[in-house]
Amino acid sequence: MSIFIPEKHWWKPLGPDEKLWFKICVATGLALFAMMPLWNLAGKQNPTHESYMVTPEQFNELTEKFVAENKVRDEVVKQKFGDAVIERRIPVVHPKPGVKDVYLRARAWEFYPILELDKGREYRVHMSSMDYQHGFSLQPQNINFQILAGHDLVVTMTPRESGNFYIICNEYCAIGHHTMIGKIIVKE
Amino acid sequence: MANNYASEFRTCETTGLKVHLPAERLFYVNAVVAVVCLLIGGIMAILIALTRWQAVHLLPADLFYRFVTAHGMNMLVFWIVFFEMAGLLFASTAVLGSRLPAPKFGWFNFLLMLVGAILTNIMIFTGEADVLFTSYPPLKAHPHYYLGIILFAVGALFACIHFMATLVVAKKEGYHKGSYPLFTFGILIAVILAFFTLLMGAGTYVPTWLWAMGFLENIEPGLYRLGFWGFGHAAQQINLAAMVSIWYLIGTLTVGAVPVNEKFSRGAFLLYLVGINVASAHHLLVDPGYSASYRIFNTSYIIYAATIGSMIHAFSIPAAIETAQRAKGFTNGLFEWLTKAPWGNPAFAGMALSIVIFGFGGGVTGVTQGVEQINIMAHNTLRLPGHFHVTVVGGSTLAFMSLTYYALPLVMRRKLIGAAFAKYQPWIFAIGISIMSTGMSFAGILGVPRRHYDISFSSAVFQVPFSATATTMMGLVGLGAIIAFVGLLIYCLIAALTAFFGERIPPKMELHYPPHAKEGAAAGAPAQA
Repeated sequence: MSIFIPEKHWWKPLGPDEKLWFKICVATGLALFAMMPLWNLAGKQNPTHESYMVTPEQFNELTEKFVAENKVRDEVVKQKFGDAVIERRIPVVHPKPGVKDVYLRARAWEFYPILELDKGREYRVHMSSMDYQHGFSLQPQNINFQILAGHDLVVTMTPRESGNFYIICNEYCAIGHHTMIGKIIVKE
Repeated sequence: MANNYASEFRTCETTGLKVHLPAERLFYVNAVVAVVCLLIGGIMAILIALTRWQAVHLLPADLFYRFVTAHGMNMLVFWIVFFEMAGLLFASTAVLGSRLPAPKFGWFNFLLMLVGAILTNIMIFTGEADVLFTSYPPLKAHPHYYLGIILFAVGALFACIHFMATLVVAKKEGYHKGSYPLFTFGILIAVILAFFTLLMGAGTYVPTWLWAMGFLENIEPGLYRLGFWGFGHAAQQINLAAMVSIWYLIGTLTVGAVPVNEKFSRGAFLLYLVGINVASAHHLLVDPGYSASYRIFNTSYIIYAATIGSMIHAFSIPAAIETAQRAKGFTNGLFEWLTKAPWGNPAFAGMALSIVIFGFGGGVTGVTQGVEQINIMAHNTLRLPGHFHVTVVGGSTLAFMSLTYYALPLVMRRKLIGAAFAKYQPWIFAIGISIMSTGMSFAGILGVPRRHYDISFSSAVFQVPFSATATTMMGLVGLGAIIAFVGLLIYCLIAALTAFFGERIPPKMELHYPPHAKEGAAAGAPAQA
């Protein structure tokens, strides 16, 4: 019994059923394990990306430079603060031909800028935070990454569908967390 | 010398175990505080769930995040660990028939944990620590918040040392000889995991505390996440080992189940010890800074060693119950042993439900979401709470609740009040939690984030429409939470009423001498004082 001392020689061979079950377990474990590296080789959607150390100041500079060089227009958006509604202008950035590196700055509580990308073109999207930890959650695709201050996470992606996509922050970043949202426009 | 303690023992009339009374008192207070924490966490839970149910949307934003913090701390840490401390006392003293070597040290540890828990709760409810359970820097709480957690962890660490000391004393003074019973063995594995966990906790919270007080300039967020999850996820592995041990224990108490092969069951526990703590890396799968080999090695629990362990238990616990039932004459057909099982006994029903919910719900979702490619679609969505509410709540908490129905009459010596309600309690709780977690998992698959106040984004610059299915799933979360909360309330009421007002069962006092004592003192012989 599980609360009484077992008999002296409890080290006994397994029965046939137990042996069979154990073999099934080990086979399952090995199969699952083999899948992990195999997906890294054969799969198209892997989480292992480049990452670099970067200070928030450096990343901010890179982002501002990227926006200044590639901005195409401003998008005017409205945001509710209690009863008041205020207007905000967010730059829309369409990387010029040949520009592969795209910068997305996360800050409480905005993703900056709005990205306008071309379908079928490969981009290196750099993400970093200026302050708290943030979450990059691309909807409705449901692709999620962690954004930390001091780290530049570079995700290589090629948009395959056109339309409007939204980035919602899914890591708690203080009281305004649920208002933090960004946008990616993919053009044909 | 040890025989001076002989008069401090009573004999349990149901199990025949020798119970050391100082250990029993300590068990009592730990269990009572655990249930209080469960109740606080439960009230927070229902308020959160009714807020996330977008049609109800009960709380304002600041209270929502504050109550999420309180819910996480009280449930995941305080309720579970206080209950486990009671389990440690039971496994090391009553099961081995040993005395508790240092009752005063035990009370000191308990008070340390209590002060820590109260301090942390005060900080949370006064709004000084709206940092959520994870307190990811640079979110900063009041230093006392971290101090409370550190005090609690130190108390728990001391209690683990006390557990180890009890094992040594039991052997040295001759209370116990030979191998440990399987239950104690499983709890020992949990304690070894706890040492790792608590040291990781200290390594994370102490620097963060110093940072909150201004002695340290900066906490590296990536490094904090690595350390925090070494504590936060590893803590759940303690629960796992404790829960599986409790399944074996309840199997024995309810139908007299005997492990079919001790080697098989113990080997599975050892696989936990080897392979489970690396699962902390599950939280870092989409973080910057880790290589593919790091992710693969760690998140596979080292080639799925721990998963194999759980699968072995999934075989051997039902096998033990079947063997015991067949020995009682329930041999008709394939499943008479199961249909004629004591389903009206809340402990048995709770244990069986806990195994099913944990194994099929928790284990499967956990292993799936731990695959690095799938994790991209699961990270920080509601799919994760959907997973851990079937492991920690539907699994561990339900198992702990089930055990309480034995602990109240046997260890706390009170006649159960509301036994008629107890019969239905595990079912209500299990159904509620299953519905809620199903809702969470599917909402998460559709992209709904966790820890999020307003998924209609009414005060954001863009409104992202989630599908009608996702909204329905959030309704399911609310509905399931209400049902589970009713189950939780029934449990807390039964536990509290019985603990304080239940009819006392007088202890059967019997002198208990160490049966294997050396120095000429033969088994059972009175000592020469």
